[in-house]
Amino acid sequence: MILIRGGSVFSASTSSKGGFEVKDVLIDGDRIAAVGRVHVDEVSDVVDASGCLVGPGFVDMHTHLREPGHTWKEDIASGSAAAAAGGFTAVVAMPNTDPPIDEANIVEEVIRRGAEVGLVEVSVAGAMTQGRAGVVPSDIEGLYECGVRIFTDDGDCVEDVDVLLSVMMRIAALPGAVVSQHAEDAAMTVDGHMHEGSMSARLDVGGLPAEAEIEVVGRDLDLVRETGASYHCQHVSAAGTVELIRHAKAEGLPITAEVTPHHLSFDDTSLADLDTDFKMYPPLRSGDDRRVLREALNDGTIDVVATDHAPHLPEEKSTLFGEAPRGVIGLETAAAVVSGVVDDPARMFQSLSLNPASIASLKDQGRPIAVGERANIVVFDPRHEWTPDRFVSRSSNSPYKGHPLKGRPLLTVHNGRIVYSLVGAA
Amino acid sequence: MKTLTTLRGLSRLELNELIESALVHADQAESNEAPGDELSGRAVAMMFFESSTRTRLSFELATKRLGADLMTFDPGTASTEKGESLRDTALTVTAMGADILVVRHSEAGVPDAIHDWTGVPVVNAGDGTHEHPTQALLDAVTLHRRFGSLAGLRMGIVGDIRHSRVAGSLFHAMPVLGVESMLIGPESLLPENEPAGFEMSTDLDSHLGDLDIVYLLRVQRERGTRIPDDYIERFRIDSKRAAAMKPEAVVMHPGPMNRDVEITGDVADGPRSLILSQVANGVPTRMAVLAALRDGLS
Repeated sequence: MILIRGGSVFSASTSSKGGFEVKDVLIDGDRIAAVGRVHVDEVSDVVDASGCLVGPGFVDMHTHLREPGHTWKEDIASGSAAAAAGGFTAVVAMPNTDPPIDEANIVEEVIRRGAEVGLVEVSVAGAMTQGRAGVVPSDIEGLYECGVRIFTDDGDCVEDVDVLLSVMMRIAALPGAVVSQHAEDAAMTVDGHMHEGSMSARLDVGGLPAEAEIEVVGRDLDLVRETGASYHCQHVSAAGTVELIRHAKAEGLPITAEVTPHHLSFDDTSLADLDTDFKMYPPLRSGDDRRVLREALNDGTIDVVATDHAPHLPEEKSTLFGEAPRGVIGLETAAAVVSGVVDDPARMFQSLSLNPASIASLKDQGRPIAVGERANIVVFDPRHEWTPDRFVSRSSNSPYKGHPLKGRPLLTVHNGRIVYSLVGAA
Repeated sequence: MKTLTTLRGLSRLELNELIESALVHADQAESNEAPGDELSGRAVAMMFFESSTRTRLSFELATKRLGADLMTFDPGTASTEKGESLRDTALTVTAMGADILVVRHSEAGVPDAIHDWTGVPVVNAGDGTHEHPTQALLDAVTLHRRFGSLAGLRMGIVGDIRHSRVAGSLFHAMPVLGVESMLIGPESLLPENEPAGFEMSTDLDSHLGDLDIVYLLRVQRERGTRIPDDYIERFRIDSKRAAAMKPEAVVMHPGPMNRDVEITGDVADGPRSLILSQVANGVPTRMAVLAALRDGLS
């Protein structure tokens, strides 16, 4: 039995965004056994959570675990450990692996391997098209049968309207299934490496215009109107996209959206010296875009913070900016960033747990801290000050290296088992 | 110091140490003292992927005066090199024994990448439109020798600021050294966003009387910049504008000049001009930088 003593426990209900109350939480087996003032004699672990927030474990609906195929960067074991260290109890693995996750047998293999590692729940997003080539739809219904709810060609945008339309019509017929689009017009992003703006002009580096994202989302919203399919907009980076989402939600369309921690923290002024640990797609945009993204998270226009955890080794990242692979890691630093950005700590649990769990249809995640619930819990210390330098992830391509952060998970419990403890790790 | 690819993040103390050291080297040269041998037994490689006369000569002379071996490297067609082959070249030069690499390249970020690949100290001798740290340092040295101190001086940086790597380094050094700087030029050549701590203006004449330093930047026609039709009328420093400046005010230019575009010959060669002092201070400044990097060598 594990007793989490004296933390501010998050209580959410469907009618409110949730608040906090100081309580003890007792875990017995894989379930929550008691919540309130708990007195027991036989506990194996007592965790002092005073001053900490206790809530449902975080859910990252955008993780690149790199397995199968790119396991020198990360694999299911190392990525799961990094997730646990970040307070996550579930991740959704993106399908841009080698081979891509576009068939039932690969889905089953990744989930089986995730369960075998056992540190966090590993769920899988399936490719929308065969081989993620954007041409022939994959076996959507077959993937759905083996548990896939999120369909994406992430890393690549599905641009062909006919292909996307037929995929969305099929997805609209499957309860809980959602199209998740990496919105980036390929033609507008040829030879681009950073946000098209004053910094790209200053450094004479090819630009990635914000319109490349905005136009794809605008077009996709028409397909949502036509098909009624649920649509999730990945890693929103531009203020114009936020505006589209705000209107679409007001119109009642089944739209959700995510933002990455790095787009909340940084803008393109961080690229002054072309540090490749700040290179990702979509790129860091202007200070105004960043401000709008922060506001959109706080007013609920953006539902989810998702890491887009994209590991690459130092030897891959140490190259010319234009040739460096895109992407940064984020699992271990995400909660600290969100904690610093949200106006209300309840928003952190909404955006990092409840909302992504709901979109990804993970029934044991993002649940209330209540008796009988599966014990997927994070204890988060909002006061802990630290500067990341080493990472649990196999890769270290983080823009937060050497960047002081405040707030850190103290303890992560998955299925009733302590899978990460800061005290143990330190 | 481990490497010098940018002036960003250097403290006033660090900048002043480099300036002081440059002043010592300059005094030695002027009093005909034998230069030291601070880099004796070391090798410095010149890797100029983009053509340069003055900067390269200046680094070569600095290398020799410090007693180091000079490795020169003919880029040939290498200026078009990318990624792997550039990496191989850098690793090869390092494997031959280069202790410090002096790198110029037409693309921003190459000196940083070469430092990452090799682990060897790199001096950025100009990378694309990013930075040219030793130019800004030698400018600070030149100003120090003229004015005794930099704090409180007012500098107007005039011309093609948007495409200038020299400006890129001045942006980081001048505020730290206490120089109040403003950016002046036609809208098309000013940065799209004001760098922190810099005012911007399109009207040179209204500020000319307040400036201690008019720092002219080359209009970079080779980067495809069109010179606005009224550029000469609005921004060229000629004898009339020179007369409107404060009595002690100076004119600087990192070169090469477009004579009669940014500046007329009589001003460039006249009493306000520090242009040749800038060139002269290049060698002691680069000696100071190379000597400071010695401490980072194993």
